[in-house]
Amino acid sequence: MNKQIDFMGKRRIAAFFSIALIIASIASLSIKGLALGLDFTGGTLVELEYEVSPDLEEVRSLLISSGYEKLVVQNFGSSTSVLVRLSESFNDKIGNEVVTTLSSTGQSVALKRAEFVGAQVGEELREQGGLGLLLALGIVMLYVALRFQLKFSVGAVGALIHDVIIVIGCFSMLNWDFDLTVLAALLAVIGYSLNDTIVVSDRIRENFRLLRKSTPIEVINISLTQTLSRTLVTSLTTLLVLTALYLVGGEMINGFAKALLIGVLVGTYSSIYVASNVLLALGVTKEDLIAPVVEEGEEIDDRP
Amino acid sequence: MLNKYPAWKYILILFTLGLGILYSLPNLYPDDFAIQVTGTQSTVVPDEALDNQVQLYLSDAGISLKGTELGQKNLLIRLSTSEDQLAAKAVLQNKLGDNYIAALNMAQTTPEWLKNLGAGPMKLGLDLRGGVHFLLEVDMAKALDQKIKIYTSQLKAEMRSEKIRYRSAQVDGIDGIKIKFKKSEERDKAQSLAADKFREFTRETSDVDNDYFLTLRLSEAKIKEIEDYAIQQNLTTLRNRVNELGVAEPLVQRQGRNRIVVELPGVQDTATAKRIIGKTANLEFRLEAKPDANSRSTQNFKFKNEPNRTVLLEKDIIVTGTNVSNANSGFDENGVAQVNIDLDSNGGKMMLDTTKRSIKRRMGVLFIEQKSETSRKMVDGEEVVTRHSREIRNVINLATIQGAFGNSFRITGLDSSSEASELALLLRAGSLAAPVYFVEERTVGPSLGAENISAGLMSMQIGFGLVLIFMLVYYRAFGIVANVALAINVILLCAFMSLISATLTLPGIAGIVLTVGMAVDANVLIFERIREELKNGMSPQQAIHAGYSRAFITIFDANITTLIAAVILFAVGTGPVKGFAVTLSLGIITSLFTSVVLTRAIVNLVYGGRDIKKLSIG
Repeated sequence: MNKQIDFMGKRRIAAFFSIALIIASIASLSIKGLALGLDFTGGTLVELEYEVSPDLEEVRSLLISSGYEKLVVQNFGSSTSVLVRLSESFNDKIGNEVVTTLSSTGQSVALKRAEFVGAQVGEELREQGGLGLLLALGIVMLYVALRFQLKFSVGAVGALIHDVIIVIGCFSMLNWDFDLTVLAALLAVIGYSLNDTIVVSDRIRENFRLLRKSTPIEVINISLTQTLSRTLVTSLTTLLVLTALYLVGGEMINGFAKALLIGVLVGTYSSIYVASNVLLALGVTKEDLIAPVVEEGEEIDDRP
Repeated sequence: MLNKYPAWKYILILFTLGLGILYSLPNLYPDDFAIQVTGTQSTVVPDEALDNQVQLYLSDAGISLKGTELGQKNLLIRLSTSEDQLAAKAVLQNKLGDNYIAALNMAQTTPEWLKNLGAGPMKLGLDLRGGVHFLLEVDMAKALDQKIKIYTSQLKAEMRSEKIRYRSAQVDGIDGIKIKFKKSEERDKAQSLAADKFREFTRETSDVDNDYFLTLRLSEAKIKEIEDYAIQQNLTTLRNRVNELGVAEPLVQRQGRNRIVVELPGVQDTATAKRIIGKTANLEFRLEAKPDANSRSTQNFKFKNEPNRTVLLEKDIIVTGTNVSNANSGFDENGVAQVNIDLDSNGGKMMLDTTKRSIKRRMGVLFIEQKSETSRKMVDGEEVVTRHSREIRNVINLATIQGAFGNSFRITGLDSSSEASELALLLRAGSLAAPVYFVEERTVGPSLGAENISAGLMSMQIGFGLVLIFMLVYYRAFGIVANVALAINVILLCAFMSLISATLTLPGIAGIVLTVGMAVDANVLIFERIREELKNGMSPQQAIHAGYSRAFITIFDANITTLIAAVILFAVGTGPVKGFAVTLSLGIITSLFTSVVLTRAIVNLVYGGRDIKKLSIG
């Protein structure tokens, strides 16, 4: 009577796919690293608005000839908007100096924003951010272990780590700037992916208690089939708003939108395949869920 | 299965809804462009005369105004357009001179009856309204070093007066003093002196080649106290200085152990802001000149609060503000306002030496500040504005020395307790307790802020619209219910954020957008469950009931875990990211209410208590 799509039949392919993605991400991270934004590295950033779109190469050579070193010049959102990143430390005139230098050719240039972050502040932020991610994972694992069972907890956290690594990996592979808003997005991805995984786990738990005759693979397949439409609808609505945010939200939250878009896609996939795969790999059985988890030494039942 | 809610539940929901609408209402009233006029000194308070004058200046310049408001410390002038605002600022700054500061501001237009209920609009973050953000680091090592040096000289003075013979006393490391003795008895005496008078130190002895050492080290708690004091004093000083900039709604706040955030909305001129924030001010104590004194050894000074009164002081300085270790205002035994001042040991010694031989003479306290002044000149028919800083020395207090005093003394003869607390503040705030460095600086142009707002709102409208359409198509009548819940969710979220006066930032808007996308999740869960139960052969009423009750546990678990992530984000995040965490957490809470309680109420109202054959759920 229970309709089921054989998700778990393809679990080996999925596992292979996930592992390949993770290895690619880790490889990219260790070889290329992350293009960390100003928030984490420290340095100076100047955003300029040109009246007529400038030639970036010309802008670069103009700045180098005025003595700036190690600089990055890029378009920011539109062709008239230019972002200049300088490695030197900030002084209050730098924004105006850059404007003066660049408008010396007769171009009309306006200063839109100037930012300076000390190297130490960036470093601290990096540590705090990493610590925050780990803390979030730890607390979530604890909560799921208490609410469900340890195997579910490993599954959920496995899915989270999977999602986070792949999102960061994408940023590394595509050379996108990883700034503070992306870190925020990453934590939101944790929340989202978890939300998804829990919904599925909840159904798996319910079905384990309900369908006593089915094998674990069948139970998981049935549960995934039952929650599939919900998983897809929620992902779709979230993706709808994120696409809007990505397309019209402006350049400053572009990274945020991108990180979440990838995160939601990967999170949706991982809630179907990663968490359940881990559950099966750990050999989940109905016994895991039928009686409350009891410590080894406390086998003696003192209930009436 | 009747699916009926008791009346009190409906009343509760309507009540919440009413509150939500009420408190989110202020956000619909657009802010007026305004100019805020404040005095450069706290003694210069805007009054009605100023109000009339300002109105006259503006009508002369042909600028029409919406109205003026006289506040406790400032005068607010409301204008209709941003052009008027800029023109009015130029006119006022020019006409009012250096005694007043005219700053650009946005004035709330929340109606009086809403204000009385404690409602007000959300505040906009720097990324949305433009302005400057500084992060300053306080040099704690310097603060500690200064304090240790003061302790060392105090200790030396104490040992001398107790006739304890020591060879040397030096600062040891960053938090200790090492004293060398020839004899161990002398060291023992010093040790008991330290135990008695320098309790904040731990004591340790060591012997090297016939030399006896005593090492005093500050306790962790005391070090923390010194650091806290340095931060507090720097905060006070910076607040005073920022006030002088005449910025509307500035923020000066401690961040972490040794950092201070300064946010100046609307300010674009970072150079001026940095100069004033980093400026130094100081104090000097000098004796009043004797009537027969040589004019070369005296100087004439004006009083700070009475520009027409002057006093002749000696050129010799007794002590300076850097010797003031603490200052508090209070009352003496007769209830007269006074300021208690503590000097460090050097200052105390100098003060004692001077006052011993100057009883019945008067002593003046000079306040020295760096002031920026603006002057305008017409050069070749164009107005040229130049800014320069000038050192100003004014007498803030002149009092008769009643008896010899040293480290600790008080100044009376002040007019009121507010003047006393201001003097104490000036004494404390006169100079920074420890040097500060700029470690972060962000300037957001006003056009970028406006772009951010419009882009954020636009993406919110589009995202919201798409979700509404999708839900309607996919879930039909139930989709409408979910959409109503979603709209109310946004209203409640705005109400909450306005109520706790949270700051709306760009990531904050992104948080709201994300909430919109995710808030429907609970409804999706419920509706899918209802569909499933219908397929399993339940009657519509049973299916509604089962759908809600079975989905609830899942919804609860899923939301709690997301909330955990949001709370951690709040704890580790700074600035705009914190704004995102706040909206996300609040969004989770409000969406739980709207998507579970509210939709159930609507569904019960529509379908409850009747015999239905079919549900319109797609």
